[in-house]
Amino acid sequence: MNPTHPIPGAPLLAVEGLHAGYGRIPILGGISLTVAAGEAVGILGHNGMGKTTLLRTLMGYLPATAGRVRLAGRDITAASPTARARAGIGYVPQGREIFPALSVRENLRMGCLLARTPEEATIAGILEVFPRLNAYLDRPGGALSGGEQQLLALARCLCSDPRIVLLDEPTEGIQPSIIEEIVETLRGISRARGLTILLVEQNLSFISGLSDRVLILQKGTITREVPPEVARDRTLIDEFVGMA
Amino acid sequence: MDLVGLLGFNVFTGVATLALITLGLGVIYGMMRIINLAHGEFMMLGAYTAVVAVDAGVNIWVAMLVLPPLIVGLIGLLIERAVIRFLYGRMMDTMLATWGISLGLIGLVTTLYGNVVRGVSTPVGSFEIGRYGASLYSLVIIAAALAALGGMLALLRLTRFGLILRATMQNPRMAAALGVSPDRIYMATFALGAGLAGLAGGVLAPISGVSPAMGAAYIARAFITVLGGGPAIITGTGLAASLFGTINELVAFRTTPVIGDVVLLLAAVLLIRVLPQGITGRYLRRSL
Repeated sequence: MNPTHPIPGAPLLAVEGLHAGYGRIPILGGISLTVAAGEAVGILGHNGMGKTTLLRTLMGYLPATAGRVRLAGRDITAASPTARARAGIGYVPQGREIFPALSVRENLRMGCLLARTPEEATIAGILEVFPRLNAYLDRPGGALSGGEQQLLALARCLCSDPRIVLLDEPTEGIQPSIIEEIVETLRGISRARGLTILLVEQNLSFISGLSDRVLILQKGTITREVPPEVARDRTLIDEFVGMA
Repeated sequence: MDLVGLLGFNVFTGVATLALITLGLGVIYGMMRIINLAHGEFMMLGAYTAVVAVDAGVNIWVAMLVLPPLIVGLIGLLIERAVIRFLYGRMMDTMLATWGISLGLIGLVTTLYGNVVRGVSTPVGSFEIGRYGASLYSLVIIAAALAALGGMLALLRLTRFGLILRATMQNPRMAAALGVSPDRIYMATFALGAGLAGLAGGVLAPISGVSPAMGAAYIARAFITVLGGGPAIITGTGLAASLFGTINELVAFRTTPVIGDVVLLLAAVLLIRVLPQGITGRYLRRSL
């Protein structure tokens, strides 16, 4: 484990009363949550509830109109995306955002910009975790399938060994076989490195398979917290969020 | 046969000149989607740098090849920090702003050095192609164009900075999430494009009249070459310059240089009609 990672159990990410929106349309109406180091927190909500908006605000693409975000005690509410990345927030966006004209290797090299280990060694290490990418190293990122791009986006994010990873719907539009692979890989890394994850999803089996806690997001606020076993049960969840 | 040799040499020179005057504009437009209407004036500043440095007794090669890109690159950096960085993503505003900057630079240089045509004498002589004399300086232009294109290609393909440039060009938001500061990259790109324009001005100073309004003579050709080249900056500039330069030189040889320019423009209009995204919008799309 990396020595700069905080002790497991201490709050790594703390969000208090976060408001944000697009223009004058409010989307987030006071989100409060904490993620402890080494913890995987899932946020469940269906389309239009503000899942992506929340992650985009946490990453600094959207300004917070009220509230506070702290990373390991440091206030980052007004920091730029660049500053947040440098502070140790990793981001795997919706739609994956692979650099399409860069090769897979070049995409990984971009992920190594903030790595504390030499580029060659970092990429070799990450390819052991994502062996499937070995076959495509010189192919343009845009030529990979959706699932392979998702693996690449994860690998690229993990190259810098971030303190917390923000995952935006990694299962969206991806074949089930790769979803399994992603869950297994993330669990494996989670155990090996003490990875901290904040995940937003609407895929019940994925979110319950990965998360230690599940928060329900409805109309821009966190309405309740449920254990992952409950999130696995579609009829129970239907009662909470109306996910049909 | 001698005539064919001379004509071929002139075509090469024309292509190299076009590539040289286009590259700086292409870098700024291709990387940042900014139409830099002050491009011709950046070239003019490069030419003045060469003239002033030669008058001050600086070695002519240093004055032509080293000082103009450095000084104009620095000026580009200052202009980016003072004006352009507030206008990213607003194409019309950047056009207006750079147009204003171009007028300001013309006025500034006219005030400092007067509205007169100055010159630098060519540092090399001539050689013979059969019965015809050809300027050795054309070889300098060809070498400078090849070095500029090759240097940019090497920068983009082989260096980490080049990798970051390409990634930022494709998706600045994602690059930021990986720790890149797009703001810094745009600043460096603008300075790089300005420096390349300065180099073009310095190299062309000995064969063109150096005056405050000289940029106007180049800007139209540089623009249509950028548009004709399409999204791949280096390959596009090389291909479009080859096509337009060849047409221009051949027609100018048969008729007059003025008609050569007219036919060049017509060829460009035709090309854009057939390939609206430029040559590399359809062919060689994976190139740089």
